[in-house]
Amino acid sequence: MSMAANPITQPPIPPVAEREDYLNKEYGIWSWLLTTDHKRIALLYLLSITFFFFIGGFFALLIRLELLTPVGDLVQADSYNKIFTMHGMVMVFFFLIPSIPAVLGNFLVPLMIGAKDLAFPRINLLSWYLYIIGGALMMHCMLTGGVDTGWTFYAPFSTSFTNTNIVEAGLAIFVAGFSSILTGLNFVVTIHRMRAPGMTWSRLPLFIWAHYATSIIQLLGTPVIAVTIVLVAAERALHLGIFDPKLGGDPLLFQHLFWFYSHPAVYIMILPSMGVVTEIIACFSRKRIFGYHFVAFSSIAIAVFGFLVWAHHMFVAGISVYSALIFSFLSYAVALPSAIKVFNWTATLYKGSIHYDAPMLYAFGFLGLFTIGGLTGLFLSALGIDVHVTDTYFVVAHFHYIMVGGAVMGYLGGIHFWWPKISGRLYPEGWARLAALIVFIGFNLTFFPQFLLGYMGMPRRYYDYSHMPEFQVLNVMSTAGATILGVGYLLPMVYLLWSMRYGKPASDNPWNAAGLEWKTTSPPPTFNFEEEPVVTWEAYNYEELDAPQKQEVPVAR
Amino acid sequence: MHDSSTTAVHEHHGEAHVAHNPALLHHFAEEQQQRNAASLGMWVFLATEVMFFGGLFCAYLVYRRWYFGDFAAASKSINMAMGATNTAVLICSSLTVVLAVWAAQTARRTLLIVSLILTMLLGMVFLGIKGIEYRDKFVEHHVPGASFSFENEPIPGHPGEYANPRHAQMFFSLYFVMTGLHALHMIIGLGIFTWLLIMAWKGRFSPEWHTPVEIGGLYWHFVDIVWIYLFPLLYLIDRHA
Amino acid sequence: MLNNFPLWPQQASTLAGHVDALYIFLLIVTGMMALLVFTLIIYFAARYRYRPGVRAEQIEGSNALEITWSAIPFLIFMVIFAWGALVFFKERTPPTDAAEVYVVAKQWMWKVEHAEGQREINELHVPVGRDVKLIMTSQDVIHSFYIPAFRIKQDVLPGRYTVEWFHATKPGVYHLFCAEYCGTQHSGMVGSIIVQEPAQYEAWMNGNSNGPLSGSGEKIFAELGCATCHRSDIQGRGPNLVGVFGKPVQLDDGRMLTADENYLRESILDPGSKRLKGFQPIMPTFQGLVSEEQLNALVAYIKSISLSNPMGGAKTSASGAVSGESSDNEGKTHTLPNGTKVQ
Repeated sequence: MSMAANPITQPPIPPVAEREDYLNKEYGIWSWLLTTDHKRIALLYLLSITFFFFIGGFFALLIRLELLTPVGDLVQADSYNKIFTMHGMVMVFFFLIPSIPAVLGNFLVPLMIGAKDLAFPRINLLSWYLYIIGGALMMHCMLTGGVDTGWTFYAPFSTSFTNTNIVEAGLAIFVAGFSSILTGLNFVVTIHRMRAPGMTWSRLPLFIWAHYATSIIQLLGTPVIAVTIVLVAAERALHLGIFDPKLGGDPLLFQHLFWFYSHPAVYIMILPSMGVVTEIIACFSRKRIFGYHFVAFSSIAIAVFGFLVWAHHMFVAGISVYSALIFSFLSYAVALPSAIKVFNWTATLYKGSIHYDAPMLYAFGFLGLFTIGGLTGLFLSALGIDVHVTDTYFVVAHFHYIMVGGAVMGYLGGIHFWWPKISGRLYPEGWARLAALIVFIGFNLTFFPQFLLGYMGMPRRYYDYSHMPEFQVLNVMSTAGATILGVGYLLPMVYLLWSMRYGKPASDNPWNAAGLEWKTTSPPPTFNFEEEPVVTWEAYNYEELDAPQKQEVPVAR
Repeated sequence: MHDSSTTAVHEHHGEAHVAHNPALLHHFAEEQQQRNAASLGMWVFLATEVMFFGGLFCAYLVYRRWYFGDFAAASKSINMAMGATNTAVLICSSLTVVLAVWAAQTARRTLLIVSLILTMLLGMVFLGIKGIEYRDKFVEHHVPGASFSFENEPIPGHPGEYANPRHAQMFFSLYFVMTGLHALHMIIGLGIFTWLLIMAWKGRFSPEWHTPVEIGGLYWHFVDIVWIYLFPLLYLIDRHA
Repeated sequence: MLNNFPLWPQQASTLAGHVDALYIFLLIVTGMMALLVFTLIIYFAARYRYRPGVRAEQIEGSNALEITWSAIPFLIFMVIFAWGALVFFKERTPPTDAAEVYVVAKQWMWKVEHAEGQREINELHVPVGRDVKLIMTSQDVIHSFYIPAFRIKQDVLPGRYTVEWFHATKPGVYHLFCAEYCGTQHSGMVGSIIVQEPAQYEAWMNGNSNGPLSGSGEKIFAELGCATCHRSDIQGRGPNLVGVFGKPVQLDDGRMLTADENYLRESILDPGSKRLKGFQPIMPTFQGLVSEEQLNALVAYIKSISLSNPMGGAKTSASGAVSGESSDNEGKTHTLPNGTKVQ
């Protein structure tokens, strides 16, 4: 809630300079590069993934510029193929998959459960270094020509036909994958073993449940793509022939192995965002989330069922009708927990006391866009429809609605919501609301036309559509939207940076939100809490927090 | 790939703090919690390793089903005696690992050091035998690639039939990737045990704190179990035929 | 203006209507679900906005509501699933007697060969009102044969055949796209499906004939010496191939299989893998000695000596492979599209 509208009495804020916190405890580059403080590591990730977001976004811009005209006139075919490949690889592996877990998860998981740090702080730092090494390899790969297989690098094109540097790109993703695995490992052990006294599973914030489910997927899924990359690299480098039909291999085996990870991967990208949105909606409706246990278990259900649906990416790939039936059915099963979440979020608004601060605007945006994206998943799971729209812009629109409309909106909402805690400053609320609106509008304009393009038959990964000039109008709309979206993303970069120096200092709990992280200072001290918290209340205790008679005195001293 | 999460290095802080075992890291409330965390961490990591090898096993099982006869012929050409020896070697090394853990638990420093050394020696024997096997395959032109050759090899149990070299090459591709990755894990295991040996020599382990030995041991047992699966799958196809 | 700004693809096949019907149903259902959710969100956001002095009401949840809004969507999902499956069955079940066309995909073009022998590049002429079955393979990487106006798509794989079929309903020219990324000129691997009235199609066929594909296959069969072992009069060293296509066969290891296109292809390229029971493993492999087109011709030829209807195929199962039902066309007279009657 905004400070002006709903003043909560807070004890006087000591001037920022006087109080020691994790930001000013030590200075110097090595205190950052060798830190084991989960909060500093979170900021290291924040910088790095923002960098890769720009790289991926730059490629997106080139794609949309090329598609303004039906003729391939901006770049050559090979270049375009590399551009969309790098856009996908960078955005998936170096932005979306780490984003919320590595930034918000790293920062908040120990705070939310009342711990001093994650279970393995040095492994946490190693995670970041692995990410950086993977990122450096990917940058080098891009600068020396890139790869042109699509982020899905299907065999036998990737193993036997392309001349680009698959092995290096594969190595980059392999290394980044280990970063992901170690983050997941850290979270699982931390959540199991480091909860403060009284913090039972049922009292955990749903953000934690979401990250727990995400970590399970990271742990069990990522190794499979790791070994798939090993096989592809071995086939390329040593001419082995595991996926090459000319040597008795099966290209479909590649697809099964690839999608076995890459489908659960999309749940790695969305579940944390759902966790963020849950926290935001509860706070800005001033009430406990509706159906806590259903929301918690739906996260687990998504993680479990998410492993059972991979071949819905392969309905026309040459699998049997019977396999297709099974995977179609299971895909509807996995849709259900997500629907349950949407209904629970909506029900939380009922009889709430709703504030429209920027985080909540992002959450509303998430609700709208994720719902549309999820509903279009129902189209894709229907076998008869999928045959027509798979490999077209319909799919592109679907996954961007979820990954960008869903995951990125949630990420931005979370950054704003916890910005006071992370930085000790308030961001400028007016600009933040404006940015949320611009992102929402720009996003819809970019991606809604793509549903139409897809049903009409425009295939994906085409840089030249001069045979179908009738597709141009919608493509132009999409590009126009993309420029607006770009502006919407640039704004927070600017004002968040600005706020680090010029923003108003934040109190411990500017939102009067529930959760242990709000009971310590903004920013928190290095070891998070002056005294280990003992939890005797349920999660989302907004009733208590909003009780008019008592003055909420933060535990942190 | 992943190093143990705890060391015995103790960082002193200026402030007074409660005396505790130097190995207790400050973000843990107590030693039991740290031990539990390390143990859970290693089990979870091993789960990821199961998934890693699992993908390979999956690919292997698919092709074995399709090209059974050719795989049987190829399997016959790898040295079962050496494979069996290696299996025995690893099982013995698991015994020495268990001894090492017990020794750490019961403050038997000498036994601990001896067990660790024996484990590493057995691991090196394993790798040595593996190296000989690889060399044999190289000499026989069974290494996939340009010089691969597998002509006129009979399919066990099917007189007059010969294996399809392309399918046999598939066997060898998977053989080298699977045993190669396994060997890589062994080498990493040797690295871990070297470090454990150094720590044991310096007397860092005690009955109160020997977590690295336990979780290092867990890792070694896992690598052993992977081999227990690899051996029959790769070496023993259709041997009765 | 609408010509340059279409919002819906043309419907030009029997399947298109079914797919569109399901799509519209989905649009309505998801539209209603979205409308419901968005209306509630907007209404709640407005109605329950913060007002000083008014507190939120803490509501734990409602099991009844959770069950309701799980069960009802699940039922709706099942309806969609079933309907989608039904459309899919139609799409994956080529009718018997469908005219067959062989397609070989290569970077970056479509090579089409009709069973009657006409060859096309990046174009496919078909008559309106006829079932047409495409038997497709790739020479290199995975491609995908996509005709939006017919609402069909099937990936085309190296090393095996995949099948798709359609029944065109409207004369015209329709887009053909490659829909699986295949390298540099993936966007250029486009073509046209030219649906013609029967008379025009006849004219086109007669003007482009090279003799039936099975004829080329017969020549190749002789040139490669297949007839030495696969004699048509007596049982030779290899199985007699007359009548083998589409029938169940027993393999050396006891398994039963249907001798479909993929089985024939595999037997030529990798004879040892699925050998028939009772035969010695003496057939040499022709891997590398025959091109995809030659393979198609051989398959067409073997099919032609198996059925009295050289144009038709045995009933194809839902998986796209030909099932084990034998043709009961023995003795019937069939009319080729050009009017010739054959026994």
